[in-house]
Amino acid sequence: MDFAPKPVRMAIVRAQGLGKTYRVADKQPGLAGTLRHFVNRRERTIAAVRDVSFSIEPGEFVGFLGANGAGKTTTLKMLTGLIHPTSGTVEVAGCLPHRRQAAFLGQITLVMGQKQQLIWDLPPLDSLRVNAAVYGIPPAESRRRIDELAEMLELGDELRRPVRKLSLGQRMKAELLAALLHRPSVLFLDEPTLGLDVNAQARVRSFLADYNRRFGATVLLTSHYMADITALCPRVLLIHEGRLFYDGGLETLTQRLAPCREVRLELQAPLGAEAFASYGDVEAIEGREVRLLIPRERLTEQVGRLLADLAVVDLSVSDPPIEDIIGRLFHQGALA
Amino acid sequence: MRRPLAQRLAHARRIAAVLLSSQYAYMLEYRAEIVLWALSGVLPFIMLGLWSAVDAGGGLGMSSLQLARYFLAAFVVRQFTIVWVMYTFEEDNLSGRLSPYLLQPLPLVWRYVAAHLSEQATRLPFVVMLVGLFFLLYPAAFWWPSFSSLLLTVLATLSAFALRFLMQFTLTMVCFWSEKASALERLLYLPYLYLSGLVAPLALYPEAVRNVAFWTPFPYMIDVPARILAGEPVPIGPSFAAMAAWAALLLPINLLLWRRGLRHYSAMGA
Repeated sequence: MDFAPKPVRMAIVRAQGLGKTYRVADKQPGLAGTLRHFVNRRERTIAAVRDVSFSIEPGEFVGFLGANGAGKTTTLKMLTGLIHPTSGTVEVAGCLPHRRQAAFLGQITLVMGQKQQLIWDLPPLDSLRVNAAVYGIPPAESRRRIDELAEMLELGDELRRPVRKLSLGQRMKAELLAALLHRPSVLFLDEPTLGLDVNAQARVRSFLADYNRRFGATVLLTSHYMADITALCPRVLLIHEGRLFYDGGLETLTQRLAPCREVRLELQAPLGAEAFASYGDVEAIEGREVRLLIPRERLTEQVGRLLADLAVVDLSVSDPPIEDIIGRLFHQGALA
Repeated sequence: MRRPLAQRLAHARRIAAVLLSSQYAYMLEYRAEIVLWALSGVLPFIMLGLWSAVDAGGGLGMSSLQLARYFLAAFVVRQFTIVWVMYTFEEDNLSGRLSPYLLQPLPLVWRYVAAHLSEQATRLPFVVMLVGLFFLLYPAAFWWPSFSSLLLTVLATLSAFALRFLMQFTLTMVCFWSEKASALERLLYLPYLYLSGLVAPLALYPEAVRNVAFWTPFPYMIDVPARILAGEPVPIGPSFAAMAAWAALLLPINLLLWRRGLRHYSAMGA
């Protein structure tokens, strides 16, 4: 037996019982409501995040999923120290984020798809010079890093053009360069591919995977594009109405949330829905094309029966898209 | 472990240089706007016209030449003490631009200080041109201040700018609690306008008003540096001491509000 001690990996991000409540104005519509609100302002407390606990190990690439308003961005703001938690504790890279010590700030970055840190009217290189000075990166080293990251991001002359003249995709890549120049070890990415076209999304995605591999960086990524999550994140956190609902592998989530697989059939002649009742649930019928949902454990048996019983021209089996699964679950309130 | 002082100073120098140069480049993108701002600061010239008309009988206690020099000096001082940090901070806060800056290891205030200093550098040529034009139209008012009064003027103007910036930046902290904190600055503009010496030299005010005014920070923001530049008698020591006292009062309040404000910050718009 091997009694050699196994290396213990310390979590680089640790949240314990994290909660955040906000006070928001409670105003009724109409003139009467406006006047009442002016004279007697009422507020109510909203719990944006409730009792969220998880930890992330160095080098992990974790997806953070949830509908709009689920509490993803609020959690990211607490992890970066931008806002103070109402309850619970959070530790990132061995520091308490809300103290905003230089040692902590030098190790993290937050990229928000809709926000920018680059100076709008100047070329990105001007903002990069500022960042290099702020983070104390020597000029020669900062030039080397800019070249390296620009190559990974496929950026060239764009760095010399005013930011306002860049396309959304070019701007996002320049933002990423600015956010990563100090080579942070923990990346918090909030919708970094939002609004980008499919090609630009793919380039940003491959850059993030490359950065994670090359520098061993830890990444927590929120995205509405499931392609980002499936391509990058072996592990996902699922948050709903401020509570952490799931923490584990993406595969397991898919199996747990989608006990059925989708079978697409192309038939020689159209048939009515009643003809498929004994095989599984009919999702859709469009002429000769049929989509069925069949429980995983009965898949082999039912596919065999379909091929034997019906005049099938083509048949394919796939998992339903994960956004459909999660969307359906949120919609049905199945997470409660 | 803290780095040696020399390294920290070199780091600070580098940050100052790149912040100032990038902000200057940014301001130059808006040079037309800055010309308009400089032109919009001609209130002292308007006041000069008004007071000269009032003083037609010579009963004000200041000659027309003294008045002209005072208002020209007030114009110059005003150009280098204009502060707008509250408006920018409020906009940055509401739009979410504040968040990325807060996540960098550089106190936010230095970005705004650099922006103000760069804007002053951009104004400089236009101010020189307007001063030249003034002397062209009113050659009798020309004077050349001594080196020592010029040095004192620069010091007093820098101190006035620092005091005005500190005062407005302290008020700016209200932005952490209110989305329309700039209304406070608009309210404060009235006493600033009347007690700073922008509309009239404080020497022309009734003694009681003047005595009260000098217990506020406002006269040190325009009147004192302008009178030094115009060659009028000024109690130098007490004036600088008063500015230092106001700064010493405001700085801890500012730091306290900053810390409290950060606790309250909700990272709006992000």
